Amino acid sequence: MSATVTRVTGTLAEARPLRDGALYDLVRVGERGLLGEIIRFTGDTATLQIYEDTTGLAVGAPVAVTGAPLTAALGPGLIGAILDGVGRPLARLADASGDFIAPGATAPTLDPARRWRFTPRVAVGDAVAPGDVLGEIIETPSVTHRVLVPAGVRGAIAAIADGELTVDDPVGRLVDGTPLPLAHRWPIRTPRPVARRLPADRPLVTGQRVFDFLFPIALGGTVAVPGGFGTGKTIVEHALAKYADADVVVFVGCGERGNEMAEVLEQFPRLIDPRTGRPIMERTVLVVNTSNMPVVAREASVYLGVTIAEYYRDMGLTVAVMVDSLSRWAEALRDIGARLQEMPGEEGYPTYMASRLGALYERAGRARAVGAPERTGAITLVCAVSPPGGDFSEPVTQASLRVAGGLWALDAQLARARQFPAVDWATSYSLYAEALLPWLAANAAPAWPSLRTRVVALLQRDAELREIASLLGAEEMQDGDRLVLAIASTTREHLLGQNAFDPNDATSSLAKTARMAALIVAAWDAAAAALEAGAELDALPLPAFRRAFADVRRAGPAELEARAVLADQAIAAITAVTAIGAGGAS
Amino acid sequence: MIVTRTYRGAHALAGALLYVQHTAGVAIGEEVVIRAPGQAPRRGQVIDAGADVTVIQVLEDTLGLSPARVEIELTGATAQAVVGKELLGRALSGVGAPLDDLPPPVGAAVRPVWGAPMNPSRRVPPGDFIETGISAIDGLNTLVRGQKLPVFSGAGLPALELAAQIVEHARVAGGEPFAVVFAAIGITARETRLFVDRFRGSRALERTVLFLNETRDPTIEQLLVPRHALAEAEHLAFDCGMHVLVVMADVAHYCETLRQVAAARDEVPGRRGYPGYMYTDLASLFERAGVLAGRGGSVTQLPILTMPDDDITHPIPDLTGYITEGQIVLSRALHGQGVFPPIDVLPSLSRLMNAGIGAGKTAPEHRRWADQLYALYARGRDARLMASIVGEGGLSEPDRRARDFAVEFERALVAQGHTRRTIAETIAVGWKLLEALPRTDLERLDDETWARRPGAAP
Repeated sequence: MSATVTRVTGTLAEARPLRDGALYDLVRVGERGLLGEIIRFTGDTATLQIYEDTTGLAVGAPVAVTGAPLTAALGPGLIGAILDGVGRPLARLADASGDFIAPGATAPTLDPARRWRFTPRVAVGDAVAPGDVLGEIIETPSVTHRVLVPAGVRGAIAAIADGELTVDDPVGRLVDGTPLPLAHRWPIRTPRPVARRLPADRPLVTGQRVFDFLFPIALGGTVAVPGGFGTGKTIVEHALAKYADADVVVFVGCGERGNEMAEVLEQFPRLIDPRTGRPIMERTVLVVNTSNMPVVAREASVYLGVTIAEYYRDMGLTVAVMVDSLSRWAEALRDIGARLQEMPGEEGYPTYMASRLGALYERAGRARAVGAPERTGAITLVCAVSPPGGDFSEPVTQASLRVAGGLWALDAQLARARQFPAVDWATSYSLYAEALLPWLAANAAPAWPSLRTRVVALLQRDAELREIASLLGAEEMQDGDRLVLAIASTTREHLLGQNAFDPNDATSSLAKTARMAALIVAAWDAAAAALEAGAELDALPLPAFRRAFADVRRAGPAELEARAVLADQAIAAITAVTAIGAGGAS
Repeated sequence: MIVTRTYRGAHALAGALLYVQHTAGVAIGEEVVIRAPGQAPRRGQVIDAGADVTVIQVLEDTLGLSPARVEIELTGATAQAVVGKELLGRALSGVGAPLDDLPPPVGAAVRPVWGAPMNPSRRVPPGDFIETGISAIDGLNTLVRGQKLPVFSGAGLPALELAAQIVEHARVAGGEPFAVVFAAIGITARETRLFVDRFRGSRALERTVLFLNETRDPTIEQLLVPRHALAEAEHLAFDCGMHVLVVMADVAHYCETLRQVAAARDEVPGRRGYPGYMYTDLASLFERAGVLAGRGGSVTQLPILTMPDDDITHPIPDLTGYITEGQIVLSRALHGQGVFPPIDVLPSLSRLMNAGIGAGKTAPEHRRWADQLYALYARGRDARLMASIVGEGGLSEPDRRARDFAVEFERALVAQGHTRRTIAETIAVGWKLLEALPRTDLERLDDETWARRPGAAP
């Protein structure tokens, strides 16, 4: 007797009699073949969560068990793709089912018609083991795809292809007849193995000065980005996806806005990656499950994104994963848990939310991949969090802070003051900062560590003084303190602030960041020396420096040095006031 | 194939929920007609379909309903909406029944009320300017076609008047076909009149469809009104190529009904008793705004939401703000000063503004103009606060000028009253305010932008 639906409520269904099949096995439900998975067995009744809209699903509808869990199809063609939470390619889905997503619609993740030029890196007779590189495919001009021996496959090569293949073709076979596939499937909730985990040793350069300079993230690190609505989480995530120096970027739009994804789809093919000179879409995989798409697929979307990232890490590439937003993933868990009538934990989230979130963060890291030749890859994970009411004491933010190596806290007050990225430097931190300073000193600027110390001190003093100023009025303060306020104001606005819409300002090289930090510290020292020598603060040409500094900020690579020299001159003019003042006194 | 089945007697009735045993082949979302002797038929919907017990949510008042004597007809169909251009000029109930003494519309098509998500890969990023005629919106929080931009209001603030003024004055470029769909969600008859009477007799009513669920109407229907309205809006936009502005009032009522239904179903409550899935549910409304590739029209949403106790961190405005593309925030203080529209520019935001402004759309210098006005107004408001703590003497000269600027900004730019301003007029008002200040105060304007302003000395 075959299984049929006995109950439907929201995204959950029950089916009976269903004894074969395992937990998390995929099922097809009803005449339309809605995709779902088994999440509970009770006697001969199985509880199913359905990845698609269930409206119209009736009691008595047939249920078919596929015998495998939800997997990601891994092979060439992922780069540049836009997938939904369960891996359906949205563009080809639209060709099949129109502008609106119809339940039950299917299309294979990887285009079966596309042909790829495969170049072998092994020869007949070679002994291969899991993870070994069999050959290469130029997936896009930015990404060279390495085809690896799948897990559990070992032996001597009997045949190897050299030419054009589709994803369904084998690239060769072993002496014992085992075919070597070009593409394979991997269960998304199972982490892919690595040979050895490695410590963080260099930063992921984000192109955002406030991060690179104050709160750097390690390659293979994790950071949580909480912020209330309107604080610019999405702009931060987009900026990182555009400018971070990763080989591959996986962007997971988890329960967010459809129009934002449309913007990504419009912009990314036109934006040029300065490292390769190619459109950034040629290194990007998009996983999109907008807020109105089925909530169960939203829960899966994050795992799909991380699995794809692991696949490219295993090739020896650096991958940055942006999740926007992890709160929507946790809410999906809550939604499903509530329907299962599980005992709720804090704020209604299931009690296992924190441990699942922790396990997800642990899939990031720098590692040596399994197999030969030796390859080192990394997954850096940046997760936006959307705390209700902007209150960071809520469970998803707190669970993230327990496991993330960095916190970039976005603040509504700063956003209202149009300070972007609206990073609250008092509460943000990076546990990687100390470990990365030697690399930054060696590769960006020798003075980087000392400049950072000075700027952090400046911002701390500024915070104290502004509290006093709000009680007394700035006019009542001493010149030395007013100088700190003035320099810090320039620092906040122009060193830490960046305009995502100005092409010259949207990203900043480490060299530019270092040069700008050095200018701020030099101006501060020059003005402090002038005050020391008896000059009046209002007599110092600080506004001129501020304007020159703003011009440096807006400089493209070609103009940078010339404008920095003008700022140097503005600093010299501050020092000159002292000389005149001293001269007059003599 | 539609098969109707009729059952006699319900197992249980609790509030709006009717429990029926042993229903064969019942589908989730299926429409139900409930008949009781001597009473008008009621409509319901299956929210939990089971072989043993099925739960039906009754969409009308269950007062006087006896479970033993009801007759339950399962219609075999899920909720559908009749849509068509023919509905323009009509007034319909929250479930599409005529309220204007005319026969029920035949319509051009029947669409599922619940809609299907737009395929994100088929969306076109919104970028076409809508001139609302309101300076604080057009100048500083620009609305574009396909955007969802809510008005965060407070009890007693004139959000509906603002929406009515926008509906009356809004223009899209090129005079393309334009329609308005108004969904009244549990608002009072007085509020409906206030909104509708503005257009009665004017041409605006001919391009408007009204879906009205008022306070006295069945509460549960509030969950269906916006969906009927959006099904019609999607038809007008994507089948008829019209640019549709959907005004929904009041989203707070919608959320309260959602909470009420969740409580009746014994669900685990989330923050302040609202269900944990409220974000997803609201998204299923707001995400129906947008523009689709290759289809002429657009759906733009202007939901109105009354913040309980003016609290922007309350779950209703909070979750809305996470979904929508910005917000227009009304201020009780400005309203108290007689400013109309009382839009507080500082917490207001249009996330899609940049895509809709600039050369060829509004004015080439629009972005910098807006940044400068915003920065000065923010500084002025801080200075006003500061002066109340440290006194006049504690303010620097530029702070004093910024404070005076803030007053002028509210008077000249925000408080435009019921007049319509073109974008050129709005920009001109802004420049005039800026020109009254010393050039050194205008830090956000580079010399080039300053020199290019209209009317600048050559």
